[in-house]
Amino acid sequence: MTNALPKRSQHMERAVRLRRSLMNHLVTGLAILSTVIVLVPLVAILVYLVYKGASSLNFAFFTKIPAPVGETGGGMANSIVGSGIILAIASVMGIPLGIAAGVYLAEYGRGGLLGNMIRFTADVLNGVPSIVMGIAAYGLIVVHYKFSALAGGAALAIMMVPTIARTTEEMLATVPHPLREAALGLGIPKWRTIMSVSLRTATPGIITGCMLAFARVAGETAPLLFTAFGNNFWSFKLTQPMAALPLQIYVYALSPYDEWHRLAWAGALVLIVLIMVSVTLVRLYANRGTIKGGH
Amino acid sequence: MTQPDRVTLPTPILEPAGKAPQQEPEAIPVPSEPSEIRRFLRARSSGRAADGTFGGLMLMAALSIFVIVALILWVLIHNSQLSIHAFGWKFFRTSDWDPVSGSFGALPFIYGTLVSSFLALLIAVPLSLCVSIFVLDICPPILRGPISFLTELLAAIPSVVYGLWALVVLVPIVRDNAGPLLTKWLGWTGLFAEPNFGVGMFTAGIVLAIMIFPIISSISRDVMKAVPIHQREAALALGATRWEMLRIGVLRNARIGIVGAVILGLGRALGETIAVTMVIGNHPDIAKNLFNPAYTLASVIANEFTEATGDLYVSALIEIGLALFLVTVVVNAIARILVWAVTRGASTRTA
Repeated sequence: MTNALPKRSQHMERAVRLRRSLMNHLVTGLAILSTVIVLVPLVAILVYLVYKGASSLNFAFFTKIPAPVGETGGGMANSIVGSGIILAIASVMGIPLGIAAGVYLAEYGRGGLLGNMIRFTADVLNGVPSIVMGIAAYGLIVVHYKFSALAGGAALAIMMVPTIARTTEEMLATVPHPLREAALGLGIPKWRTIMSVSLRTATPGIITGCMLAFARVAGETAPLLFTAFGNNFWSFKLTQPMAALPLQIYVYALSPYDEWHRLAWAGALVLIVLIMVSVTLVRLYANRGTIKGGH
Repeated sequence: MTQPDRVTLPTPILEPAGKAPQQEPEAIPVPSEPSEIRRFLRARSSGRAADGTFGGLMLMAALSIFVIVALILWVLIHNSQLSIHAFGWKFFRTSDWDPVSGSFGALPFIYGTLVSSFLALLIAVPLSLCVSIFVLDICPPILRGPISFLTELLAAIPSVVYGLWALVVLVPIVRDNAGPLLTKWLGWTGLFAEPNFGVGMFTAGIVLAIMIFPIISSISRDVMKAVPIHQREAALALGATRWEMLRIGVLRNARIGIVGAVILGLGRALGETIAVTMVIGNHPDIAKNLFNPAYTLASVIANEFTEATGDLYVSALIEIGLALFLVTVVVNAIARILVWAVTRGASTRTA
C-alpha cells in the first residue's frame, strides 16, 4: 500500500505540514502583536496622565476653589470635597441595599424562578448606560425639587446596587455549606446564621465588590450632569447643587484655556489616585479585620 | 418554641433476646432551665418573627431591583409623552434636529451611535480575542498576572479621563498624522475624506474600542477558560498545532459565549457618553466620511440637556434616553443569555 502512493503525495504532505506550521506561527505572532498594540495606548494614557498631572499639581489645587475665567491659579478643593460627599450619599444608599439583595439571591433565591429573574434583571440593569440613570434621577427628583447633591448621590446609588448585589451573591456562594449547616444545627436561627456565619466569612470579598462598585461610580460624569450639576463655590448643603471632580474635569477639558486644561489633568490624576487609595485602604482594613476575627 | 419536660428515647428496633418486649423505655429528665448557650441564643434573637422579618427585608431589597427598572422606565415614558405624541414613530425616521423651529428627528443620532459602536467592535473584537488567546495559551506565566492587571486597570480609568486623553493626544494624531495617511491610501473608499478636523466618528470609534476592550477580553477569557480541558487535550492528541487546537477545541466550543462577550461590549459602546461627547464633534450629520463630526444618542443628551429650552426639546431628549434604555436592555439581555448558556454548562460539567 505505502509503495503504491505516488511521490507527489509526500510533497503535498510536506506542503500541508508547512502550511499548518506557518498558520500556527502566524496566529501566535498576531496574538503577541495585538497584545502589544493594546498595551501601548494603556501605558501611554497612564504615563501621560502621571506626567501631565504631576507637573500641574500644586498646593493651591487642594486648597482653592476654581478661579474666574482669565485669572490663573485656583484649584478644585470644593470638587474633591463635593465628590466625597456625593459618593458618601451614594454608598449609604446603595451598599446596604445591594448587599441585602445579594443575600436574598444567595441564601433564599438560589435556583428559584424569582431569584433567577432578579439575577437577570440585575445583570441587565448593570449594562444600562449611566446617562440614562442621570435622566431617570432628573425625572424622579430634580423635576420635583431642584439640582442637588442628593439627586446625584441617588443616581450613583442606583448604579451601585446591581453590581454589589451580584458580587455579594458570588462571594456568599463561595462560603462552604457545612459552615451554615453547623450553625443551623446548633439551633441558631437562619437570620443569625446569615449575619454571623455566611456574611462574616464572605466579608473580604463583599468589601472588594463594594469597592469595585464604588470605584466605578466615583469616576462617573454623565449621571451627575443633570443631578448634582456642579458648582464653582463651596457648598455643603445636600439640597443644593454641588461640585464633583469628574464634572469639573469635564468642564475644564472642554474649555479653550490652557490653564484649565492643566487643571483638568491635575484633576484626573487626583481622581484616579483618590479612587485607588480609598479602594486599597478599605481592602487592607477589611483584611486586617477578618484575620483578627478568624483567630 | 416549647420544650417538653421529659424526653422519651426511641425504642431500639432490634430487641435484645432476653428482655420482655413490653418493658417501658427509660425516661430521662430534661432540665427545665434552658442551657446557657440556649439562653444566650434566645436573648440574641426572637426566633420565628426575627427570621421572617429578616427574610422579608432581604426579599424587599432584591425586589427593589425590579422597582428601579420599573421606575426608570416609567419616568422616561412619562417625561417624554410630549415628544411621543408630537412625532410618533416619525421621530426615529427623520433627520431634522432643529430646536429653534421645534422639529426633532433622532435619525442622525441613531446613525452615529450605530456606526461608532460598529467601528469600535471592528477594532476591539479581533484585538481582544487575540489578547485572550495570548494570555491563556501563549504568554509565559510570569507575564500573565501583569497583563491581566493592566487590562483591569484600563477598565478602572474613568470615562472623562479617556475623553481628556483623546482630546489632547488622539485628536491631533488623527488630524495631523494618521488622518492624511488614511486619506491617501483609503481615500478612494470615501470613508476617509477631507476635511479632517481630528474630532469625528473615527476618533470616537478608536476611543470606544479602547474602552470596551477590557470587558470583551475579560469575558471571552472566562468563556475560553470554561471549555473543558479534554477538548484541548483531544485536539492536541490528534496532532493539531496550537492554532488548530484553539480553533477546533476552544473557539468553536466557546463561540456562543464569545458572541455574548462581544454583545456586552456593544452594549457598553452604545451607551458610552462622556468620552464620546468630547471627541465626536457633536454635529447631527449623516455622512459616509468617517472624519466627519457626528453625534450619538448618549452624547446629544449629555451635550444639550442642560441647555434645552422649551418642554418639547426636553421631552425629545428624554425620548432619546428612552430609546437608548430600551436598546441597551435588549442588547444586554441577549448577551447575558448567551454568556450564561456557556458558563453555566461549564460549571455543571465540572461539578
